[in-house]
Amino acid sequence: MNPQFLMDGLIAGVIIGLGAVGVTLTYSILRFSNFAHGELLSWGAYLALGISSALGVLASGLTTPIGPFSFGWSLPIAAVLAVALTGLLALAVDAALFSSFRRRGSAIIIMVMASFGASLALRSLLEFLFTSKPAYFSQALQIAMKLGLGLRATPDQLAMLAVALVSVIAVHLVMTRTDIGRAMRAVSENPGLAGIAGIDVRRVIRTAWFLGAALACIAGIMSGLIIQIRPYLGHDLLLPLFAAAILGGIGSVPGAMIAGLFIGLSEAFTVQLIGAEWRAAVSFAILIAVLLVRPRGLFGKAT
Amino acid sequence: MSIDLIAYGAFFLTMAFTYAIICLGLNVQWGMTGLFNVGIAAFVAVGAYTSAILTTPDTAERFGGFGMPIAVGWLGAAIVSGALSWAVGALTIRLRSDYLAIATFGVAVTVQLCMLNLQSVTGGAFGIGFIPRPFADLQGNALLFSLANCALMALVVLVLYLGLQHLSRSPWGRVLRAIREDEVAAQALGKRPVRFRLQAFTVGGAIMGLAGAAQAHFIGFIAPDNYMPVLTFQVWAMLIVGGSGNNRGAIAGAILVWGLWALTAAAVSAFVPPEEQARAAALQIVAIGVGLCLMLLLRPRGLFGEVSPLARLSRNKQS
Repeated sequence: MNPQFLMDGLIAGVIIGLGAVGVTLTYSILRFSNFAHGELLSWGAYLALGISSALGVLASGLTTPIGPFSFGWSLPIAAVLAVALTGLLALAVDAALFSSFRRRGSAIIIMVMASFGASLALRSLLEFLFTSKPAYFSQALQIAMKLGLGLRATPDQLAMLAVALVSVIAVHLVMTRTDIGRAMRAVSENPGLAGIAGIDVRRVIRTAWFLGAALACIAGIMSGLIIQIRPYLGHDLLLPLFAAAILGGIGSVPGAMIAGLFIGLSEAFTVQLIGAEWRAAVSFAILIAVLLVRPRGLFGKAT
Repeated sequence: MSIDLIAYGAFFLTMAFTYAIICLGLNVQWGMTGLFNVGIAAFVAVGAYTSAILTTPDTAERFGGFGMPIAVGWLGAAIVSGALSWAVGALTIRLRSDYLAIATFGVAVTVQLCMLNLQSVTGGAFGIGFIPRPFADLQGNALLFSLANCALMALVVLVLYLGLQHLSRSPWGRVLRAIREDEVAAQALGKRPVRFRLQAFTVGGAIMGLAGAAQAHFIGFIAPDNYMPVLTFQVWAMLIVGGSGNNRGAIAGAILVWGLWALTAAAVSAFVPPEEQARAAALQIVAIGVGLCLMLLLRPRGLFGEVSPLARLSRNKQS
């Protein structure tokens, strides 16, 4: 068996992990599974694409590839802007939809349902704006470099691994070392008590949305860069995201990342052993296994 | 001309009735019990494929084709979909409430994958054709044929409606409502919520499977494309518009939303240039999503929603 599948699995796993961190954050703070999270990945990718092409039109120098990479400076600049915009999108959806359910104290399942409706609207809106034709950040071809042990990776892939590593460490530090991180963990343990202790619960909720959406945007851009950008990009990743969030244990940032890597590698392994057409069933099998054996996940707290 | 119109009306109503059956199944799960199913399309599809395999004539390149009567197909569809629902429910209902939603979403993805990839069973992307249609010997007379089918489907809806009405007034239905309204109180009275929820989820899934079979036999042809996630959304929109917890609302919602859907689809194909039609269809789905959210925000009980027994009690006290 060609060890190259490890590299593909690692990249897919990083994308799933980044998305799953967002799912786990919104789940632990807002207490519902957000079916619209996949759409944040798609919107992030399309926003980056839009800004990057606009920058390319304004200054064509920005699209000439940087060094060994397939993209020019327009993409990193666009990515930063897109991260901020995706965060704002998540806040806007929350303000328009979820906040009023929270105010009313609606049942969790009503919020799940609203997120389901929101995902449909957001995804089809992308299909309306950009049609379902796949889009690409760059048409440039890349030569993979040898890394030893029979592994090869393109410079893009290595850059993604680095960006993902930095993002996850940053989120982990925010969660464990800063005041807002401590406040977030307090709210996830007990929102009522946290509110009484003087924590601004609304600010915590806004931070959770923004962080989750920012990571989703990064994951969406990565997926768009190595495969392609489609309106269904996020929807097709939703099941792996949920599986990773549950396998890692709801609320655990490192758990979600590790579980994402595990699912990515399992998918790559399955593609090698059985065939690419069954890739999407891998996360379902993992999900069922976790629910059967250890419903609280690897690093989750018992409820 | 008027005969065409009547035949089209009958066709439209028959389709609407098949949706009404799915909607009644969902009402058992969501309206009566509060279980959130995101994989409706999967349970409908499993029913449709089961019935198709049972009733089509023997086919060389595909498993089965057992040539059984249509009624056996319908029954088989309900049993297989019910069994699938039972398995999914048994796994997740005792856990957090949204794990069931995630698991049913997974079922939808996996069933879609199986339809496409298990070619020797499902016929792959091309699906299964030549599914026997009820009243096939009337097919020469288009009007009579569609009226007979419409009447059959109306009968199924009526029987299910009466049965479910009876069920919801029975002790079993009262326990379900009690669990939905106040789980702890129901438990204190010795009712086991997990068991009742699982039963309701299974019954609802079986009804969805039956609807899938009925639809497959009416159209005569099935393919994975018929069971995309948008079907799940449509059925949810129907139940939310009609009012969850109310069987009459479920039927009315199905006819209303299917009518709006068919009308806008006809408008799109009539007035929108062909190259823009895919985008217009996307906009149609945006409208369903936004409509679903607005309904949840503004009128959570739907047009004919059930008034919760507790709310009715407190209102009586006030007056």
